[in-house]
Amino acid sequence: MSGSPRLPDELFGIYVHWPYCAKICPYCDFNVYAAKSRDTSALEAAILKDIEGYAAGLTGRTLTSLYFGGGTPSLCAPSFLSEVIETSAVQFEPDGDIEITLEANPEDITPERLKAWKAAGVNRLSLGVQALNDDALRFLGRNHTSDEARKAIDAALNVFPNTSIDLIYARPGQSIHAWLEELDSALSKGTPHLSLYELTIKEKTAFAKQVEREQFIPLGEDEQADLYIETLKLTAKRGLPAYEVSNHARSEDYCSRHNLTYWLNGEWLGIGPGAEGKLELPDGRTTTIAEQRVPDYISAVEERGTGSAETFSLTGIEAAEEAVILGLRSKRGVDRASVEARLGAPLNARKLESFTENGQLLEEAGRISLTEKGWLLADYIAGEILP
Amino acid sequence: MTDKSHIRNFSIIAHIDHGKSTLADRLIQKCGGLTDREMKEQVLDSMDIERERGITIKAQTVRLNYTAKDGEDYVLNLMDTPGHVDFAYEVSRCLAACEGSLLVVDASQGVEAQTLANVYQAIDQDHEIVPVLNKIDLPAADIERVSEQIEDVIGIDASDAVQISAKTGIGIEDVLEAIVTRLPAPHEGDRDKPLKASLVDAYYDPYLGVVVIVRIIDGVMKKKQKVKMMRTGATYELDNVGVFAPKPTYVDELGPGEVGFMIASIKEVADCAIGDTITTEKNPTTTALKGYKDVQPVVFCGLFPVDAGDFDDLRAAMGKLRLNDASFTWEMETSAALGMGFRCGFLGLLHLEIIQERLSREFDLDLIATAPSVVYELTMTDGTDYELHNPADMPEVTKIKEVREPWINATIYTPDEYLGAILKLCQDRRGIQTELTYVGGRAMIKYELPLNEVVFDFYDRLKSISRGYASFDYEIVEHRAENLVKMNILVNDEPVDALAMLVHRDRAEGRGRQMCERLKELIPRQQFKIPIQAAIGAKVIARETISAVRKDVTAKCYGGDATRKRKLLDKQKAGKQRMRQFGKVEIPQEAFVAALRMDGD
Repeated sequence: MSGSPRLPDELFGIYVHWPYCAKICPYCDFNVYAAKSRDTSALEAAILKDIEGYAAGLTGRTLTSLYFGGGTPSLCAPSFLSEVIETSAVQFEPDGDIEITLEANPEDITPERLKAWKAAGVNRLSLGVQALNDDALRFLGRNHTSDEARKAIDAALNVFPNTSIDLIYARPGQSIHAWLEELDSALSKGTPHLSLYELTIKEKTAFAKQVEREQFIPLGEDEQADLYIETLKLTAKRGLPAYEVSNHARSEDYCSRHNLTYWLNGEWLGIGPGAEGKLELPDGRTTTIAEQRVPDYISAVEERGTGSAETFSLTGIEAAEEAVILGLRSKRGVDRASVEARLGAPLNARKLESFTENGQLLEEAGRISLTEKGWLLADYIAGEILP
Repeated sequence: MTDKSHIRNFSIIAHIDHGKSTLADRLIQKCGGLTDREMKEQVLDSMDIERERGITIKAQTVRLNYTAKDGEDYVLNLMDTPGHVDFAYEVSRCLAACEGSLLVVDASQGVEAQTLANVYQAIDQDHEIVPVLNKIDLPAADIERVSEQIEDVIGIDASDAVQISAKTGIGIEDVLEAIVTRLPAPHEGDRDKPLKASLVDAYYDPYLGVVVIVRIIDGVMKKKQKVKMMRTGATYELDNVGVFAPKPTYVDELGPGEVGFMIASIKEVADCAIGDTITTEKNPTTTALKGYKDVQPVVFCGLFPVDAGDFDDLRAAMGKLRLNDASFTWEMETSAALGMGFRCGFLGLLHLEIIQERLSREFDLDLIATAPSVVYELTMTDGTDYELHNPADMPEVTKIKEVREPWINATIYTPDEYLGAILKLCQDRRGIQTELTYVGGRAMIKYELPLNEVVFDFYDRLKSISRGYASFDYEIVEHRAENLVKMNILVNDEPVDALAMLVHRDRAEGRGRQMCERLKELIPRQQFKIPIQAAIGAKVIARETISAVRKDVTAKCYGGDATRKRKLLDKQKAGKQRMRQFGKVEIPQEAFVAALRMDGD
C-alpha cells in the first residue's frame, strides 16, 4: 500500500485529541493529563457525539483525513478508534484515499495492537521515538529505550508502510556530529516520513523550571541554526527532503495530508478536550476551541451538542494572517492573490523584494514560498510581509 | 464685606500624604460650605491628575464662614498651595497672600524635606505658624517624638500643637479655633484708599474664562469697575467679583484683607502677570506691590508625535494647556530621528510629567519624549553668550570658550539606615556634600549637585534606594563652568540626534558605555549586525554590537497553534508601529528615554 496519491483541492480533516498519557514529558505543553487508571468511557462517548454535533451543521464536505493526536492515543482501546472512524465515515463522506493517522508511543507497539489498529481503519502511524540515544531518552523523560524504539519502528513498518517517526534534536550539549549520526541511523530505518523538531522550552513545563534553576542550558540560537541547516542537507541527500519547516517525506505521496490541511488553509474539526478547529462558515473563517478540562468538555457536548467553549469568526485580516503564518511553513507557500483579497490590502512589496534579494523568498506562479534559508526566519518574515 | 479684624487668611503646609487635602475637606465640611452630598473626596484638587496623585498643582482658595466660640462670625480664607518643589514660586505667591500657616505633620512620619522648604518660606514671610499633628489615631503615631522634631528641625514651639485626625474628624474644631485665636488678622488695609490688589494666580475655566485670584490690600473691588494691571498696562472692565465658598459665588464687593476672584474678558492666563498689582483705571494707587520673580523653565525635553500626522493636533493641545499654565513654554524642533515636534520647557520634573500625561490623557496624543536636559550657558570664543536648550544644537567645540551648567542645593531627609546608599548616589552624581545633621534617627543631608545629574532619574533612584522614605527638595543656585562635552550616539554608523547629550568629560566613558549597553538591549535584533557607538567628536569612546537574527521559526506548528501564533504576530506588529525607521535600523520609541535610565549606580 502506498501513501495518499494526488492531494485533493478541498482539504477537510478531523483532529481527535486524546488527552491522556502514561507519563507527562517534561518538554510538553499540550493539554494532557496523567492516565492513571481512569474510566474513559464518558470521554469516548463525548468525542463521538461531538463529531455528530458538528456534522449536523455542515454539509457538502468530503473527509480527506482523520488524525488521532494527543496525549497518547495509542493508549485508547482499538474498538474506540474503530468507532470514531466509523462515526466519521457515517457523518462525512470519506474520500477514497482518506489518510487516517494514529500517534503512538514505541512502548505501546505490539503485533496485536498493530493488527487491531489496521483492522480499525488506521493507515498511517506517527511514532513518538524522539531520540535514538538512551541518555537523551532519559533526559526527555521517555518510557522507552533506543533499542525498543528501533524494534517498534521495524514492527510498525511491517504493518504500516506509511509510518513516520518524530525526533527531538538541538538538545543541550548536542554537537552537530552527534546529531547527524543519530539522524543517519534514524534515516536508515527506512520510514518514508520524518518529523524533526528542535527542542523548544515552553512556558510552564518541567523543562522551563529546570532552565530557570539553571539545571541545564538550552542550545543557543547560532548552534540551533547550524544544526537546522545540516539537518536539511542530510535529509535531502538521503532522499527525505523537507516539505515543511520540520517535516520530511520520501515523495509527495508520503507528505502528511492531514498536516497539509493546516498549512494549506484547509478546514478541520477540533474534537476532544482543548482541540482547536477551523471552518469556513457563512460568517467567514471560524475558529472553534473546545473546553480544556475533560469534565467541562463532556458536559459541553452533553448540553450544547459540541465540545466547543469558544467560537469566533476571523476578520479577513486575521484569516489572511493565519494563512501566511502557516502557509510559509510549507514548500507550497501561499497564494498571493487570495491572501491579498482576504487582507483587502497588498502584502509589503518592499519587504517581499528585499527577502527575495536575500535569497529567502520565492514567488512563482502567483505563490509565495520560502527557501530553506527563509525557513530559518519564517516567523519573522511572516510578520514583516504582512501589512 | 467683612471687617478685616474678622478675616483670617491662611495656608496649609504639608508633605504629600500627610493629610492636607483631607484636613481642607473637613474644614469645608465643618463650616457648611458644602452639603455632605456635595462633598467629593478632596474638593480642592479639582484636576483629575491632581486627584489621582494626591497633589495640588494650581493654587486655589476657599472661603469658610465660621462662628467661633467667642460668638463672633469670622471669614477664613484657605489658600491651598502646591506641595511640590517644581511649583515653589506658586507656593511663595500663596504664602504672600496670607498672614499665617497651619503646618500639618503626619504624627507617624515626622517632618519631610518638602515641608521644611515650604515652612522656611512661610517664616520668611513673617507668618504666624500653628503646628498641627495629623493621624494621631494611627498606632504608629508618636506625638512626643514628632513635636520634638518640629522644635529641633524647624525651631518653632510645638508644645501646643493641635492634635487631630483629619480622617476621623478628631480635633477639627480645635483647628478652627486656633486659626481664629492664634493667627493674625490682615495687618494693613484701608477701605478708603484707591484699590490695590495682588494678582495671586489665574486659571482657565471652560465656562467662566480666565479666573483671576486676587487679594485686596486697600480699597474695594466691585463689578463693572474698570481696572488696570499695573505691570502689563492692560485695562479691563470687571464682569464679576466673587469668592469660592467653595463653589464660585458672586459677591457685591471685595474689601481690604479679603481673598476672592475677578472675571473680566481676559483671553488667556498668559495675559495675567502673576504678582501684578491691580488698581482702578481712574484714581489709581501710586505704589505698586512688590512683584514676584518671573518663572523660568529649568528642564527641557523634546515632545514628538508618534504619528507625524498628529503634529497639528499636538500644537493645538499645547496651546490649550498654555491657556491655563503660562509657565510651560515651547518652540518648534525638527529631529532627523523623530521628525517634527517641539522643544518644551518646564518648571521641573513633576511639571514635565504632568504636562506629558495631560497631553496623552486629555488630548489622546501618542507622544515620544526625549530625555530631559537642562539649560546650559555657553560663552563663545567671540565673546557672545548663548543659551543651549537642546544638546543636538551644540555649536562646534572650537567656537566655544566655556560651558556652564546649573547647580542646585539639594536637601534630603532620610531615616539613617538609608544614609550610606544616598551618599553614594549623590557622590556618583558629582555631588558635593555641604551638610550632614542627625535629628532623632533621621538624617538631613545637603548637597550641591549639577541639575543635569538630577534631572533624569535621581528622584526615582532616591525613592527606590530608601524604599520611599527619603524626601528631597532643591533650588537652583548658579551656573558653574564645567568640562562638559557633547556625546553623540551612533547607530549603524549614523549619529542619532535625539540621543545626543552633554556630559562631564570625566564621566563620558562610563555614560557612553552604559548608553551603548542599554541600546543593545532596547533595539531588537535585525537581519544584519548593528554597531552602536558613543563618540565625542570623531573619537569613539564606547562600542557594542547587536548581532543579527539567525533563527526565528517555531519548530512545531500545527492546527492548534494558529491562534496563538497570530497573537504573537499582533505583538510583533504593535512593536513595529512603535518603531522609528532610522536609516536601515528600526529603533523603538521607548529607547529614546529608556537608554538614559541608569541602573544600579
